[in-house]
Amino acid sequence: MTLNDVPLFKMFPLGDAAIVLQFGEEISLSIHNKVKAVAAHLDKYPFWGMIEYVPAFTTVTIYYNPWVISEKGNYNPYEKVVDIVLDLMTHVEEEEGLAPRVVDIPVCYGGEFGPDLEFVATQNQLTPEEVISIHAGAEYLVYMIGFAPGFPYLGGMSHKISAPRKETPRTVIPKGSVGIAGVQTGVYPIETPGGWQLIGRTPLRLFNPFLDSPSLLKAGDTVRFVPISKEEFNERKEQVYEH
Amino acid sequence: MSIKIEKAGLLTTIQDTGRYGYQKDGIIVSGAMDATALRIANLLVDNNENEAAIEVTLVGPKIRFHENHLIAITGADLAPEIDGEQVQMWRPVYVKAGSLLQFKGPVNGSRAYIAISGSIAIPKVMNSYSTYLRAEFGGLNGKALQAGDVIPCKDPATDILALLKKRGLTNSDKAFIEVKWKLAPQLYPAYEENPTIRVVKGTEYELFSESSKSYLWKEKFQITSQSDRMAHRLQGVNLSLQEDTELISSAVTFGTIQVPAQGSPIILLADRQTTGGYPRIAQVITADFSQLAQIQPGKIVRFTEVTLQQAQQLYVKQEQNIEQIKRALDIKRS
Repeated sequence: MTLNDVPLFKMFPLGDAAIVLQFGEEISLSIHNKVKAVAAHLDKYPFWGMIEYVPAFTTVTIYYNPWVISEKGNYNPYEKVVDIVLDLMTHVEEEEGLAPRVVDIPVCYGGEFGPDLEFVATQNQLTPEEVISIHAGAEYLVYMIGFAPGFPYLGGMSHKISAPRKETPRTVIPKGSVGIAGVQTGVYPIETPGGWQLIGRTPLRLFNPFLDSPSLLKAGDTVRFVPISKEEFNERKEQVYEH
Repeated sequence: MSIKIEKAGLLTTIQDTGRYGYQKDGIIVSGAMDATALRIANLLVDNNENEAAIEVTLVGPKIRFHENHLIAITGADLAPEIDGEQVQMWRPVYVKAGSLLQFKGPVNGSRAYIAISGSIAIPKVMNSYSTYLRAEFGGLNGKALQAGDVIPCKDPATDILALLKKRGLTNSDKAFIEVKWKLAPQLYPAYEENPTIRVVKGTEYELFSESSKSYLWKEKFQITSQSDRMAHRLQGVNLSLQEDTELISSAVTFGTIQVPAQGSPIILLADRQTTGGYPRIAQVITADFSQLAQIQPGKIVRFTEVTLQQAQQLYVKQEQNIEQIKRALDIKRS
């Protein structure tokens, strides 16, 4: 099936140099799969004048150069880019980019690395061990990367371990921190301020600006959290991760 | 060859036209706030327009030139001086070894650009020289320039002395020699102090209350001192949606005007995040990015609507101006 068989996407401009393709109005696996298919297609077949694209929960935004697209002003850039996109959408196979990649993220839960683990437990009438087993017992889908370099927006966390954001955000959240905010969980790839409840930390480097593929995680990946001890954390911290 | 930073200034960074291709990994574009000014500065010194240059913010640095260099200063008028004497902007300037460039203070605009012929010899990170301050990479060791920094420079692409002769320069005792021509003013951005910025309606424009929609076009907004390379934070009447709506995060861009729940609009700039979840009431057109980036904190901005077609025509016009500058420089070079 091609994406064009059903009228399932909307197009609209984001300013004068980007176009948004929207595949629905809620966060769902089926919409995510369409986003992923279009992203995989654009990776393989970038068009002349395209600068880059950004996949999100329900959208793919394509940035383009109106000067190039319009062949130095000879065509209407937006109309031209709409034609290009309509044409390429007839070639997108929904199976594209579907093979899931599973990434295990080792996490040392609690203690100095997870100062809010107790809070999350108390909030949900659970023991810290139960929070860990629920958090590490699920598979998570990387819906998109945003907010910070390599920061994954993950879907699939159990409501049983949800917790509100901190009223006053921390000014520094250490690199590798694993946190919970509402029903979302995520990992901080770089040191940044933030309001998430911190339950653990990974020794894994999620972001390395000097690699060809600087972000360990990509939209569409499956993530599993694997509990490790503090000793293991320290050992693995010494290792150099090349992903 | 190298130049030395003797005083840092408020925020002096190395930038180019931006880091593209990695936004899907959450990596922000960065780059010059006034990219057109940076491109023109590079062209004036015979560099590729995308080369690295120095972005200077309001309070300029002091820069010592160890060798003879060909430079150009564009963007905001921060009253540049070399060895105490006023130096002209928007034209190539031959600076002699040992001289000192400094800035007396902002006359007009916020950000000036210094391009050096041959360009700056630093490695690209993810295909760009731009400094990403928060993630600490790009530019010179991922940081804003500090007093004592020595910036290595490549040899100029062209023979400066030969160039000087061709450009009609004579010998002089001064610390610098300016060419006698300058770019036609209509080819480069003009910066108004309290500008009216042209926008197209944003993706969520229709979700805003009727009064908020009319405020956007009628009211004036002040650029607050909390503004930085990430965003202009505005103050004025509060804008609100007709009803509370939770939006799903998606991509944003330079010039996106978003409105958080407290009602004060934010205009995203070079160091913006890649995605956002606030309603977008409007989007500044590319042709007004230079003007937008140059507004000083405390100044007033108004908005006026154009159609997408007009916005793209103005985009094309801006690129035609750059082409015209290239042609004019080619003629001077030949």
